[in-house]
Amino acid sequence: MPKPILSKNFGKKNAHSLGVYIQDGGYEAMKKALTEMKPEQIIQEVDKSGLKGRGGAGFPVGKKWSFIPKEAPKPKYLVINADEGEPGTYKDRPIMECDPHAVVEGAIITCFAVGIHWAGIYVRGEYVKSIERLEGAINEAYAKGYLGKNILGMGFDLDMVVHRGAGAYICGEETGLLESFEGKKGQPRMKPPFPAIVGLFQGPTVINNVESIAAIPHIVKNGGEWFNGLGAPGIGGGVKLFPVSGHVKKPGIYELPMGTPLREIIYKHAGGIRGDKKLKAVIPGGASAPVLKPEEIDVPMEYANLAKIGSMMGSGAVIVMDEDTDLVKTLRVLMCFYAHESCGKCTPCREGTGWMAKIIKRIEKGEGESADLDTIVSIANGIRGRTLCPLGDAAVGPALSFVTKFRQEFEDYIKVGAG
Amino acid sequence: MTVAFSEKTKEKFKAILAKYPEKGAALLPTMWLAQKEFSVITPEVEEYVAKLLGVPLVRVHEVLTFYTMYAAKPLGKYHLQLCTNISCTLLGAEDILEHLKDKLQIGAGETTPDKKFTLSTVECLGYCGTAPVLQVNDDFHENLTTKKVDELLTKLK
Ligand SMILES: Cc1cc2nc3c(=O)[nH]c(=O)nc-3n(C[C@H](O)[C@H](O)[C@H](O)COP(=O)(O)O)c2cc1C
Ligand code: SF4
Ligand code: FES
Repeated sequence: MPKPILSKNFGKKNAHSLGVYIQDGGYEAMKKALTEMKPEQIIQEVDKSGLKGRGGAGFPVGKKWSFIPKEAPKPKYLVINADEGEPGTYKDRPIMECDPHAVVEGAIITCFAVGIHWAGIYVRGEYVKSIERLEGAINEAYAKGYLGKNILGMGFDLDMVVHRGAGAYICGEETGLLESFEGKKGQPRMKPPFPAIVGLFQGPTVINNVESIAAIPHIVKNGGEWFNGLGAPGIGGGVKLFPVSGHVKKPGIYELPMGTPLREIIYKHAGGIRGDKKLKAVIPGGASAPVLKPEEIDVPMEYANLAKIGSMMGSGAVIVMDEDTDLVKTLRVLMCFYAHESCGKCTPCREGTGWMAKIIKRIEKGEGESADLDTIVSIANGIRGRTLCPLGDAAVGPALSFVTKFRQEFEDYIKVGAG
Repeated sequence: MTVAFSEKTKEKFKAILAKYPEKGAALLPTMWLAQKEFSVITPEVEEYVAKLLGVPLVRVHEVLTFYTMYAAKPLGKYHLQLCTNISCTLLGAEDILEHLKDKLQIGAGETTPDKKFTLSTVECLGYCGTAPVLQVNDDFHENLTTKKVDELLTKLK
């Protein structure tokens, strides 16, 4: 097992302080980037690393940066997405709590590469400790001259701000996040224009997830090819944090090569199913990823491979359900979540998520009929591809996959009730 | 009645303003300051915040109602927020919820008559690996069992 990179400081005492971080080689990548590399070279290394966005959409990070216009009439911005609200996902919090300087260092390098002088990190409101740790790290970095004016005497200026969210899943969506950052309700914006052209305060904006940004110092320090090579053979793309929850013996965050088979994550790393029960279902990438059946878990955990079998990598959050799981209840929980979190801006999502929640609740109460399942499928198909932001599609994923892959269980439930 | 920040909070407010390229962006952090200072964001507080930032009152009201963490109504001394999303439900959050309702004799969204506890159900809190989880004010209680809930409730005075 190779040495952990992203999670090397998890649970380590005082790793969040500047002194300990520097002793462990911290900020060397920043020095290398600012004093030895040209911005284009940094972007090239990130390109070579195969790093794809760790927030959910999996867009190549280097490519995203290269969309930002060099010259723009408005200032450019970096926004780091630390809203971590996708059910099952709990990987960004320990990065911020235990390794906040990795986020700050990653931000400095990113901003230098893209020509940005203001970076904001949007942290969900509940993560009070993450906010404290990030603010502490930012203050330390200012005091050391790593943030502020004329960093390392290289004539590069950067300010960094922590912005606290206030409870709304939709603010994790990048344009909802921008609205929220600007002090408005977090309703998504129409795209185009994309944030790379018109983003925060109308300026070109890079938006990246915490885990994406925290990987940057390692890539700059050791090279893009090195990072890419950490992924599974033939797959590449580095390592990734996989937060595992549900009915496993050892829930936890596992840092593993991109492309590690899902089976290995569940049975080898997370210890298998509690009580040695049988596996019934697994969600591979956070609540929005379509559910998989036990016969599908040999899939390599990687964007294209998961897409090929009709699911998605999302945040990489693995949610495991054993043979005794009540899937009607589980789908009800998910549908109520999306109905609650729909921002209401577009009709198919606002109405459709509400209807699906209502129908599945009715089924759970024992008042459902077989035709209800077809209704869910037809509502889901009516939402798909017809909404302003991907939250609508996110609700469709679990709805369709649960009802079609486990149709018999839903039918039986309707006929005879739970268990 | 007129509401106003204390001198100390005014300093904090100024520091926040200085951080943002645009004044309106300071709305969420200013609402956090207001919530800390006044506990409840009353209509008077909304007006005060709107004036401080020079934004329309309706925008402050939209923000207050859109986000779940701002308090438009008084909460109990301890705000018990139980995650009932997927990973927590898989590991028994519903039993914990019933137990809490039973113990406190209130439903979700309600406050005990002595104003000590408010009980809420919330979406994923980002502690799924140590589910079920209960947030009490700013603290998180993980791997909950009904026994742990009992111990916790006797500790919260
Ligand atoms: C409803 C919804 C919620 C999202 N929540 C998050 C989140 O909590 N954290 C995150 O990093 N990305 C989230 N995303 C993805 C972001 O829109 C965006 O793709 C991401 O932050 C880009 O960063 P990356 O390329 O580094 O992944 C969400 C997307 C949607 C549609
Ligand atoms: S898809 Fe849903 S969450 Fe997204 S903008 Fe439309 S209503 Fe809002
Ligand atoms: S599902 Fe409860 S903390 Fe994530």
